[in-house]
Amino acid sequence: MASERQKNIRNFCIIAHIDHGKSTLADRLLEKTGVLTAREMEEQVLDNMDIERERGITIKSQPVRMIYKACDGQEYIYNLIDTPGHVDFNYEVSRSIAACEGAILVVDAAQGIEAQTLANVYLALEHNLEIMPVINKIDLPSAQPDHVKKEIEDVIGLFAGDAPMVSAKNGINIEQVLESIVSKIPCPEGEEDAPLRALIFDSYYDSYKGVIVYIRIMEGSVKVGDSIKMMYTGKEFVVTETGYFRPGTLLPHDGLISGDVGYIAASIKNVRDTRVGDTVTLSGNSAKEPLPGYKKVNSMVFCGIYPADGAKYGDLRDALEKLQLNDAALTFEPESSIALGFGFRCGFLGLLHMEIMQERLEREYNLDLVTTAPSVIYRITATDGQVLNIDNPSNLPPVAEIDKMEEPVVKATIMTPIEYVGNIMELSQERRGVYKDMSYIDEGRAILTYEMPLNEIIYDFFDALKSRTKGYASLDYELLGYKESDLVKLDIVLNNEIVDALSFIVHREKAYSRGRRMAEKLKESIHRQQFEIPIQACIGGKIIARETVKAYRKDVLAKCYGGDITRKKKLLEKQKEGKKRMRQVGSVEVPQEAFMSVLKLDT
Amino acid sequence: MHSEIEGIGLYIHVPFCKSKCRYCDFNSFSGRDQLIPAYFNAVAKELVQYGDKLRGLRVDTVFIGGGTPSFVDPAYIYELMELCVKTFEICRNAEITIEANPGTLSVEKLTLYRQAGINRLSMGLQAYQKNLLGLMGRIHTAEDFISNFKDARKAGFENINADLIFGLPGQTLKDWEETIEGALRWEPEHLSCYSLKIEDGTVFGQMLDRGELCPADDEQDREMYYLAIKRLGQAGLRHYEISNFARPGYECRHNIKYWRTCRYIGVGPGAHSYFDGKRYGNICDIENYIKCIDNGQNTAENIEHIYKKDEISEFVILGLRLTQGIDISEFRQRFGREIFDIYGMQIKELTEKGLLECMGSRLALSSKGLDLANSVFVELIR
Repeated sequence: MASERQKNIRNFCIIAHIDHGKSTLADRLLEKTGVLTAREMEEQVLDNMDIERERGITIKSQPVRMIYKACDGQEYIYNLIDTPGHVDFNYEVSRSIAACEGAILVVDAAQGIEAQTLANVYLALEHNLEIMPVINKIDLPSAQPDHVKKEIEDVIGLFAGDAPMVSAKNGINIEQVLESIVSKIPCPEGEEDAPLRALIFDSYYDSYKGVIVYIRIMEGSVKVGDSIKMMYTGKEFVVTETGYFRPGTLLPHDGLISGDVGYIAASIKNVRDTRVGDTVTLSGNSAKEPLPGYKKVNSMVFCGIYPADGAKYGDLRDALEKLQLNDAALTFEPESSIALGFGFRCGFLGLLHMEIMQERLEREYNLDLVTTAPSVIYRITATDGQVLNIDNPSNLPPVAEIDKMEEPVVKATIMTPIEYVGNIMELSQERRGVYKDMSYIDEGRAILTYEMPLNEIIYDFFDALKSRTKGYASLDYELLGYKESDLVKLDIVLNNEIVDALSFIVHREKAYSRGRRMAEKLKESIHRQQFEIPIQACIGGKIIARETVKAYRKDVLAKCYGGDITRKKKLLEKQKEGKKRMRQVGSVEVPQEAFMSVLKLDT
Repeated sequence: MHSEIEGIGLYIHVPFCKSKCRYCDFNSFSGRDQLIPAYFNAVAKELVQYGDKLRGLRVDTVFIGGGTPSFVDPAYIYELMELCVKTFEICRNAEITIEANPGTLSVEKLTLYRQAGINRLSMGLQAYQKNLLGLMGRIHTAEDFISNFKDARKAGFENINADLIFGLPGQTLKDWEETIEGALRWEPEHLSCYSLKIEDGTVFGQMLDRGELCPADDEQDREMYYLAIKRLGQAGLRHYEISNFARPGYECRHNIKYWRTCRYIGVGPGAHSYFDGKRYGNICDIENYIKCIDNGQNTAENIEHIYKKDEISEFVILGLRLTQGIDISEFRQRFGREIFDIYGMQIKELTEKGLLECMGSRLALSSKGLDLANSVFVELIR
């Protein structure tokens, strides 16, 4: 039974596909409830990071508390938990969802439901959330609200007849959304006097207060001075501050009670001690059981990250340490490469997570990076029975010592307009996908399900999917497990020396074409030098592809008179500067771009 | 010879042309002939300014370049030279060159040049074949060159250069051989053979971007270069700089100043000067140049300080363009340091790679080094 206090609380999240208007709608709700005035509003307040704004995605969850005065005359507390919207952050999404009683499903009136949306809707339904559909962008000329409503009913089995028809961008019908929340989304329940059980759904590191832990109190209460315990990690702390969320800032308030969404600070030094999904309880009066659903997230994608300038190794380490303070899913350990020198092997939740981290390192920490091709974790059974997890192709044991190799396989769900089904089937087949199922959402769209090796997905699959479907298809995937596979290590040999940073693990059938493309691509990016440079792709000792960069014959300026000297000197300086950006592999100068160019062979 | 004892070089730029060649990225223009009178007026003023600033200056080389100096009325050139003689101390044996294009010359013009004191003529022949001359946008034929060359001899020019270009799109080795032989038949004292470089911003550059030009590959280019070195050598023209060949004693003394980092002053838009440890680059636009001069403003748009370390690297980089290379003892005399203390490691590596050669007290590019001079210079720039 809900208490009187709880009856006036609504905890909800918003589910939407990228670009369908989630953040814009959130901004409008803030504006209408007076949390922010229109003038204070900066577009998409909840997406804090530059990258989030540019890419139109949410990486960190951004909860915010609003007070809404409803038509029934009562004031309601609305806790909106804006969640990450990408498959890489699925677990974080699931915890945010678990912190809510309801979800607003925003669907673009012109585009309809997308794979990612559907995946999150199912996630929300699994957690018994009440789903409240909202049709957005109804003022677009291409809007088909009735069609979209029918789609919601057909695909999700959700009544959408009374769904608010809004334009978040132009502020149309926002009142109706706010009013519907009262009636459509259930209030929280949970004993206020029971031992504390609070779900951690995110956290970040603040240099003054320590880790700020985002929690939803499921049962009991917590206040400043309480000794708390993380039920999975076992770590204990004393609460120094509790409070609510304001956009971009915190509002201290002593004491959080069952049903509340808020934060606690307890001089916690490391986000690793406050794992998303863990349960906070009191040290003295502990709950018997933690909340269900805790899972330690593991990195799925790995790559080597090296400073372009070897002297910046220390800076790169400092930057990674700082990023890790806020991101428990980022892992890194030192590694070295003959070609690239000293760097780090970094682990990520997925490709997007990897790209974002690389971008943040370059932008926020001003680092120039060279990254190696992404890899997954391969499971190797050695002939002596030992099982090895390999995330760096260079660490693969010799073939003679390998009994069995396994690779991670995912279930990939692709939603697409039907005219691209053929293209997608072709692409999936190329990427060793095993067809599982196809169903139709409506007469225009289909859902394809494939079982596919993860290493094919991390290898520019998403880009290829977008380019072959004009950007219309959407992808979602989840890990199924490991499967035995005929894998080989492909080495690139440059002027008779293996370039370790370019080695990768690939299925035997694809090794030839991949090796050939890679050799061709390298030939394009390695400039002519004073000697002929053979580029070979090899499996074991066997050469499967070969290209040659011819020696240059001429590198001379024919004219250099009085008026030319300044200009020609600048050219030489530029040439020298270019040389500095080269990596010396044996006697061959390899431009940094060469290491990157082989990451995308399809484009 | 030490640069302080040596006289200074004087360059005078004449930026006018009858038509602009398709490969040309020089500061030259066609169709702006109405500026010519005001232009020479301005040049005269700049010359006088230099005369005041660098009083008692001994000038031992003059180079009137372009553009096409032979395109303008020879009276301008005559007056210009008259003014030079009045303004500077011009050595009796000074080398005084004018650039000319076939088709813009006559015996009368050439005779007037001689009367003005000009004793060296540099002609742009470029190629012997009609199709190649047409491709380059040249407005003369090989016949024009021949008749002008004869005119020049008649007028008394005993020191004549011809400029040739190789590595042109569509040029065959046979074409190049024909051009070399054609030029040699008239026994010029000097030949410049330039490997074509297609520059951005030229018509050739645009054609290349549009895929309308198929440039010669490195292999063809070098074959032509080697042919020139061989044939001109046989004909008694010594290879003395990357692109230059001369009968002994006829090397261009003015240009050698650039390669030996001697002092020079340049007059006219886009012209460069080098003295007092600075290199000055004049403003490039003709009209702005004239305006600057008329308003008494400084025409130098770029002033580059050449500090000792720059001077050292320029001495080496420019000096190595000469086939005889640089003199190690001259380096010591001029900079008070041993070249090996500064460049020891680079010289060792470049010698091992077969790009540099040490011969007695001289350090020079090897024949491979001549092909890959930039890769050598890149190591020596500081």
